[in-house]
Amino acid sequence: MDKTKGKVRSIISNLVLVAVDGPVSQNEICFIETGKERLMAEVIKFIGDIAYVQVFESTRGLKPGMIVEFEQHLLEVTLGPGLLSKNFDGLQNDLDKMTGVFLKRGEYTNPLDEDREWELEPLVQVGDVVRSADWLANVKENWLDHKIMVPFKWEGEYTVASVVNAGKYTIKDTIAVLKDAKGEEHQVTMVQKWPVKLAMRNYVDKPRPYRQMETGVRVIDTMNPILEGGTGFIPGPFGTGKTVLQHSLARFADADVIIMAACGERANEVVEIFTEFPLLQDPRSGRSLYERTTIIANTSNMPVAAREASVYTAMTIGEYYRAMGMKVLLLADSTSRWAQALREMSNRMEELPGQDAFPMDLSAIIANFYARAGIVYLNNKETGSVTFIGTVSPAGGNLKEPVTESTKKVARCFYALSQSRADSKRYPAINTLDSYSKYLEYPEYERYAKEFISEDWISNVNEARNALVRGLERSEQIDILGDDGVPLEYHITFWKSELIDAVILQQDAFDNIDGSTSMERQKYMLDKVLQIVRADFNFESFEEVNPYFKRIINSYKQMNYSEFLSDAFKKYEQEIEAILKERIVN
Amino acid sequence: MNTAFQKVYTKITRITKATCSLNAQGVGNDELAIVDGKLAQVVKIWGDDITLQVFAGTEGIPTNAEVTFLGKAPSLRVGEELCGRFFNAYGDPIDGGHAVDGEEREIGGPSVNPVRRKQPSELIATGIAGIDLNNTLVSGQKIPFFADPDQPYNQVMANVALRAQTDRIILGGMGLTNDDYLYFRNIFDNAGALDRIVSFINTTEDPTVERLLVPDMALAAAEYFAVDKNEKVLVLLTDMTLYADALSIVSNRMDQIPSKDSMPGSLYSDLAKIYEKAVQFPAGGSITIIAVTTLSGGDITHAIPDNTGYITEGQLFLRKDTEIGKVIVDPFRSLSRLKQLVIGKKTRKDHAQVMNAAIRLFADAANARTKLENGFDLTDYDRRTLEFAKDYSNELLAIDVNVSINQMLDTAWKLFRTYFSRAELGIKAEIVDEFGGYEQQK
Repeated sequence: MDKTKGKVRSIISNLVLVAVDGPVSQNEICFIETGKERLMAEVIKFIGDIAYVQVFESTRGLKPGMIVEFEQHLLEVTLGPGLLSKNFDGLQNDLDKMTGVFLKRGEYTNPLDEDREWELEPLVQVGDVVRSADWLANVKENWLDHKIMVPFKWEGEYTVASVVNAGKYTIKDTIAVLKDAKGEEHQVTMVQKWPVKLAMRNYVDKPRPYRQMETGVRVIDTMNPILEGGTGFIPGPFGTGKTVLQHSLARFADADVIIMAACGERANEVVEIFTEFPLLQDPRSGRSLYERTTIIANTSNMPVAAREASVYTAMTIGEYYRAMGMKVLLLADSTSRWAQALREMSNRMEELPGQDAFPMDLSAIIANFYARAGIVYLNNKETGSVTFIGTVSPAGGNLKEPVTESTKKVARCFYALSQSRADSKRYPAINTLDSYSKYLEYPEYERYAKEFISEDWISNVNEARNALVRGLERSEQIDILGDDGVPLEYHITFWKSELIDAVILQQDAFDNIDGSTSMERQKYMLDKVLQIVRADFNFESFEEVNPYFKRIINSYKQMNYSEFLSDAFKKYEQEIEAILKERIVN
Repeated sequence: MNTAFQKVYTKITRITKATCSLNAQGVGNDELAIVDGKLAQVVKIWGDDITLQVFAGTEGIPTNAEVTFLGKAPSLRVGEELCGRFFNAYGDPIDGGHAVDGEEREIGGPSVNPVRRKQPSELIATGIAGIDLNNTLVSGQKIPFFADPDQPYNQVMANVALRAQTDRIILGGMGLTNDDYLYFRNIFDNAGALDRIVSFINTTEDPTVERLLVPDMALAAAEYFAVDKNEKVLVLLTDMTLYADALSIVSNRMDQIPSKDSMPGSLYSDLAKIYEKAVQFPAGGSITIIAVTTLSGGDITHAIPDNTGYITEGQLFLRKDTEIGKVIVDPFRSLSRLKQLVIGKKTRKDHAQVMNAAIRLFADAANARTKLENGFDLTDYDRRTLEFAKDYSNELLAIDVNVSINQMLDTAWKLFRTYFSRAELGIKAEIVDEFGGYEQQK
């Protein structure tokens, strides 16, 4: 079938109307020929014989009459070994392959390396029956086992007609031949393509999340846990540490693959990742963090339509690695910029606007996207997961705006960053009491916690939360009535909550030891702190309470900075025991 | 393209306050045109129906006005000759001098590939302790002053520009009052710095929409010096609130649906396109942007400061300290996100600790003041923090301070010694021993 062609009719910023001479599909990709370059665009609406396309580049100089060619496929990403340690733009162009300091319009680069050879080991034999997403071969990508799979688009069952021997191959080499039910043969290489806006459904089952995704961040793991395959979001006004928190998660989370979508944010923040991640070590594998990381960088000054595509590109790469049985953590900073890209386009198409001029279906678009995360059982009973955490940048710090509200409906964890905690340098600035994790109520998680953490873990976490609530109430009363206008007990309750805040909630993201805490250590510390919360103390006057608890907090902080169960750690632990003996009532 | 066979159109089909439309063929998007002698730009092509935004406004344009298309987007002639000159929003001289002869470059050009950027690492000293000590600036950074209209932000910015160790300064003035324009001219002239300064000025006497060109003009000039000449360039943009106001006027006249605070839905992208031009190039050149965003009654939740805050790398708050009667750089609400790239690395190693201790004590003073106002008794410590806060404001935070960073640190230590014991500082013992001037601890 010949490609449909068209001619540019009208141009409004990056929305271009094209008169076409044949069939086109919704979301089909096309290229506009300017004479000097070919500009990529996507069909987003069709009326009569006019296709409305959004151009992924600047439309400066575009003229009516320019030829447009339609590609007969949707916006796709290329999947294969070599996606890790890469820096892509929102359309999956390899930024490192581009020439020159400035981005050139119409320059598209191959996301994978065609000449690189990969050490391959077959996982099937001739005669095996396979279907889409079944594993055919294993390739070592950095230290990860990258699976070459039956292409996701293929339907029905296939029989393996031939498969190559173990050895070195490039991504273009045929590594297996599969025969379909009609006896036709199909060649498989290491590369396949998938349209970004469609969810991959090549799995047997998608259960409710049940396993904890350890992030090493105490205020998340202990107080508001996220599960493998779960969803969470972090809204916060500017300057409250969204980005630092995301970087911490990228560094320390217990995931096989990290995908970071820098969506419409500052370029210098991406540069920080480029510069620092290659030098940082993955605490579990001892290898450079960069080896398990893929960055999708569509910064705020890059074209808006490509920004919209960037989160989908990231999600699709995540789903691809999930199909290999990996734990993927997908971070998007920030989903508000993505929503704004939708708004700009909706506005140009003169659609009737919803609240704050966002498109009416914003809520549905966000819900669909979050629904792509999840833990799945693969064809071979293995599990794989995509855990998604997005940041939201609410306008004016007001959480009653459409993006925050739509996200709140679908994300299961909510990490509220608070300006006042950031102002008083209590980092991470997550306000525990405003935040929640719905997973704490999941019976699946309760079973998991009982088995892998401790029998009374969830009740302990709730006890700590209650102590924080009581502390907050007491501190408000102290502020109103004055230090000496309240019972002594109020001060003690308040300082117990300060202890939890200082020891469990606050964490130094830039410290080598305190930056990430294992679950075992988190349990140990929570038990320790709760002992104090439960204890009764003997004070003469309120003036003694503050300095006494400050001493305890100081020793605990030193403990947080010491290697778990090391001599220094134990020394501070004994120090605390001694301080407690001074005033504790048994 | 704009040569002898230029077609002249004479039939305008529609005129609004800011735009006019006509039927024409072969016109490119974003292309410039001359309508009745006024500069205009193509903003919408609907088949043969072309809509032009007339920068100077459409007053007096007749339906039979002559329209010619120039076949190019807005551009600037760049070269060493730009230096010491004053231009309007179109890049035409307004200082009575001749036009600049140089290579013509389109303004609003492409973005830097993020993987080609270098991480900013060079400190820009300004002599103002509220900036250098607490919110250190780094080359390649973008940071605005958030200030109410009654604060002397233009004066502070002029001071910063003149003291900063940069090769080139580009001033983009949007909606400047004529008085402020003359102020900049005089102060640059008197400082003998005119030859390293290029200015693009739109005053309140000029048409509002023209000012939309100013940031792109200034940044095109900046890219010339930073890329072609590998220079450290400082770009001053004042006032970005007036720029955003012009955006909202245009979007309103084009019947776009407004979002928050009547601003266009694309405000974030529009501002980001400007601010993200701040960059450290691998070859050594850099563009640093210091802007002014005026607030209305200190409200930072308004769409303009809010979007700006999400784009820029921090913000500098000016406020009048009523205790000392001077304008200070507010240490609580100001933030330079890039400061940790230079603090203690390019400056003395006690810098971070001194900065944090001083701000913490200043915060204690604020608490003490609240206590005092609520009628509670003050402790001895409270009284000392109040005394300290006064001196700290006066000798360090005030914008009229002009000393080196080492002097700032020494001043801070002097104040610490005057009011506090070393235990009250909470600074690491070895740092106090080395720099504090306190009696050594056994």
